[in-house]
Amino acid sequence: MKIRTYAEYAAAGETPEILFWVGCAGSFDQRAQKVTRAFAKILHHLNIKFAVLGTEETCTGDPAKRAGNEFVFQMLALQNIEVMNGYGVKKIVTTCPHCFNILKNEYPSLGGNYEVLHHATYLQQLIDEGRIKLTDTDRFKGKRITYHDSCYLGRANEIYEAPRRVLEELDAALVEMKSCRSRGLCCGAGGAQMFKEDEPGNKRINIARTEEALETQANIIAAACPFCNTMLTDGVKSFEKQDQVKVFDIAELIAAGQGLENIVL
Amino acid sequence: MAKYFQIYLFVLLTAIAFYFAYRGYRRVYQNICLGKPEDLTDQPLQRWKNMLLVAFGQKKMFKNVIPAVLHLFLYVGFLITQVELLEVFLDGITGSHRIIYHAVENLPVLRTLYVGLISSIEIASVLVFIGTVAFLWRRFVLKVPRLNKPELKGFPIQDAATILIAEIYLLICIFSMNTADMALHEGKYGFAVSSVLQNLFHNWSHTSLTIMERIGWWGHYIGVLGFLVYLPYSKHLHILLAFPNTYFARLTPKGYVNNMPEITREIKLMMDPSATPPPADPNAPPPRFGAKDVMDLSWKNLLDAYTCTECGRCTAACPANMTGKKLSPRKIMMDTRDRLEEVGAAIAANGGVWKDDGKSLIENGYITIEELRACTTCNACVEECPVMISPLDIILQLRRNLIMEESNAPAEWTSMFTNMENNGAPWQFSQQDRLNWANA
Ligand code: SF4
Ligand code: SF4
Repeated sequence: MKIRTYAEYAAAGETPEILFWVGCAGSFDQRAQKVTRAFAKILHHLNIKFAVLGTEETCTGDPAKRAGNEFVFQMLALQNIEVMNGYGVKKIVTTCPHCFNILKNEYPSLGGNYEVLHHATYLQQLIDEGRIKLTDTDRFKGKRITYHDSCYLGRANEIYEAPRRVLEELDAALVEMKSCRSRGLCCGAGGAQMFKEDEPGNKRINIARTEEALETQANIIAAACPFCNTMLTDGVKSFEKQDQVKVFDIAELIAAGQGLENIVL
Repeated sequence: MAKYFQIYLFVLLTAIAFYFAYRGYRRVYQNICLGKPEDLTDQPLQRWKNMLLVAFGQKKMFKNVIPAVLHLFLYVGFLITQVELLEVFLDGITGSHRIIYHAVENLPVLRTLYVGLISSIEIASVLVFIGTVAFLWRRFVLKVPRLNKPELKGFPIQDAATILIAEIYLLICIFSMNTADMALHEGKYGFAVSSVLQNLFHNWSHTSLTIMERIGWWGHYIGVLGFLVYLPYSKHLHILLAFPNTYFARLTPKGYVNNMPEITREIKLMMDPSATPPPADPNAPPPRFGAKDVMDLSWKNLLDAYTCTECGRCTAACPANMTGKKLSPRKIMMDTRDRLEEVGAAIAANGGVWKDDGKSLIENGYITIEELRACTTCNACVEECPVMISPLDIILQLRRNLIMEESNAPAEWTSMFTNMENNGAPWQFSQQDRLNWANA
């Protein structure tokens, strides 16, 4: 798969339709890389002209900001804004709710004004427009999927329906966890918790959330965030359920439904 | 004679209570003003809507139906009892008895309206009684977890019990007053509940009934005055502050955290060396990054702290608290308020000037670093709060201070910051490898 950078588009005198903001997890984390590839395959398949910033992309600054380091955040943010404004970026789609939140809500007052979409919303739009057609949903027949609300997509930006609408396209039963939507339980990664040990307590948050997910008897836990994905995958492993219950991003599930991805359930 | 004595006593008690109440509310107001300015007056229409729906309409309470219904009993009871209170007040200063009733006695429509109103107050009072008993039951017998957390030990639990018991006391007074009054006048008023209760007193003498009526009347009024004075020292202040607090609630998406303009300025200077920095004011106090103490927070954070009902819905939903961490968003609010009270009292004792007492909101018996570190910024606390408080906003401001002023970060965060600065990612990967995912 050939991925073109914004620099390459610019050199060819072309303008891409969207900037695909990959994010640090999507770039470096092995599990999240698969999601990045799945989403890129969908874009490719639909002939959507998209660019990435590639080596010109840096962290949005989210973990620093939430940890309290406004300085590091703004340094990265201003740098990213300079790059994006230089290319005249108009529309961004990202597979990470943390990147989505910060690009959409916190970049504008620093001079970065773009239309920012999370891939849940973008996929839903493509489905609504009839551009995504699922041809390969047999493997989902009779399966149960439970969707885990990411805090930064859900409560932070009140996007609850789009990911569910996307999942409805698969021929599976959607089941809800005990706490869902605005009351969804955090996976435990936000606020830079991902990058440090937990404070003393009697349980890890991802274990508490995985318990809720397992209670639904789902075969698939659907996530829309690379960090939730890691947390829940770890949780499922700690219950030794990884052979029965799989954690997938909504992009991977849709790509599989399009016959672009071969996921094993 | 007795009539004038009663008027005299009424005015005196009212004046004393109003004086102390004034001091209490003024204290709260002055303390809130210690916070930093923040403009929260845009979009007035949306703000009115929030206030009407959330404070007046109790919208967010109905996420949990049982406590919402019980609370609604108390809330409606409180609201409509104010009508009867108006008559009590008029009777008190004029030395009359049921002045409104007598004014409308011969006007059938208004009379029916009056009797209907007092009857609905009586019915509401029965519901209040049920609600109050249920609340005491939930807190002290069922021991609902969110109402039995460590931060409630001592005054908070006593405060909750005081108000609930005072509520029952007020109900007893209202019913003694109305029932005795009905019995004295052969039920001519026709109030819904006391017309039933009066049967219990049919063999009481005129004198006993008169005394009972007076005790009920005075007891009710004194109870109300006591409530008014006590309110600014109690979590029950929320019955007033819920209104401004929902009106001034932030309207930005919950995920939004403000960008610090002073830091933008500094970084822009770094990025563009040709720019000249504005001349520094040599007398300006050194800027403080984030918040270390209550005066560093915004006035809205402080209003939040005084509005907190200590209901613990936030803590019950907090993933950190749920999994045994020390963090409790309710405690964040209570500690902020308690420290604010301490600072306010110190300022008052020092002739209106703040003298550093060597303490702050962080540690010193208030919010610990361990608590601050445990937050996942998930916004569950903000979502749950029935009066639109944001404990998260305070947590983030305190975190900023810890990191940027005290360089107090866990080692993993320190290396995360370094990675972000050097490689543009929280992990130690090279920026040059950003596109490697495409080659797999
Ligand atoms: S934002 Fe922090 S304090 Fe609030 S519920 Fe989530 S973890 Fe708890
Ligand atoms: S912050 Fe809100 S939810 Fe939490 S205890 Fe106070 S009033 Fe209740």
